[in-house]
Amino acid sequence: MKRSEIVKLLDAKVIWDGGRTDQEILCACGSDMMSDVLAFTKHDAILLTGLVNNHVLRTAEMLDIDNIMFVRGKMPADDIIDMAREMHMVLMTTELPMFTACGILYENGIKGGMRGE
Amino acid sequence: MLYAREYDVKKDDFAAAGEVSARIKRKLKQIGIDASLIRKIAIASYEAEINMIIHSYGGVMSIELDEDNIIIKCVDTGPGIPDIELAMKEGYSTAPQSIREMGFGAGMGLANINKNSDNMEITSSPEGTTITMKFSF
Repeated sequence: MKRSEIVKLLDAKVIWDGGRTDQEILCACGSDMMSDVLAFTKHDAILLTGLVNNHVLRTAEMLDIDNIMFVRGKMPADDIIDMAREMHMVLMTTELPMFTACGILYENGIKGGMRGE
Repeated sequence: MLYAREYDVKKDDFAAAGEVSARIKRKLKQIGIDASLIRKIAIASYEAEINMIIHSYGGVMSIELDEDNIIIKCVDTGPGIPDIELAMKEGYSTAPQSIREMGFGAGMGLANINKNSDNMEITSSPEGTTITMKFSF
């Protein structure tokens, strides 16, 4: 699924597009625990989280995840957006809560990517 | 030795958390190491760096690269891990609530390092802990 379709499905706002063209996203990881996210194993992924700090970006960077969706209308501070600019990472935000956002993506064909999934 | 470098890691420096691992990752990419191996190294290195910042008094992280292996070593100055076997258990954590609010302290750190490295060794005493992670080509 294209990133633009995910934005539409979750009625999300793109905070910063990473300077990237529309990417294909195959799987997703939803968590506020970055240690759990680090157990994530697949590529071409989107990270959904309610956590808004520099550790989210660093964790995504380690996993080659370029797309981050903040849930529950969370908006990162300017320094986090600046960090995303330097890292060419896509930041998005949706008013939907985590469970609903993940459910909509799953229903539309996005799969999980943790070990064993 | 093809490449070697050391980095300081400071206690409670959460603003800089992950910078050492990001530098290591960029260097390995620049050298031309396979992307899936870089990912494993980055995850293990990041977990170890975060552990040093949360749990230790600070120390030094180093990377050594030779023809066959990449070795990441974390040497801190204490206070040590009282029970390594327990610390290795998935879900076991001594991190306080303030650390959990930052997204860490799920008790997955050492287990994740072990899963992503080809070999992991830990020695620990109150004077300090040394974690050595080996990744083979």
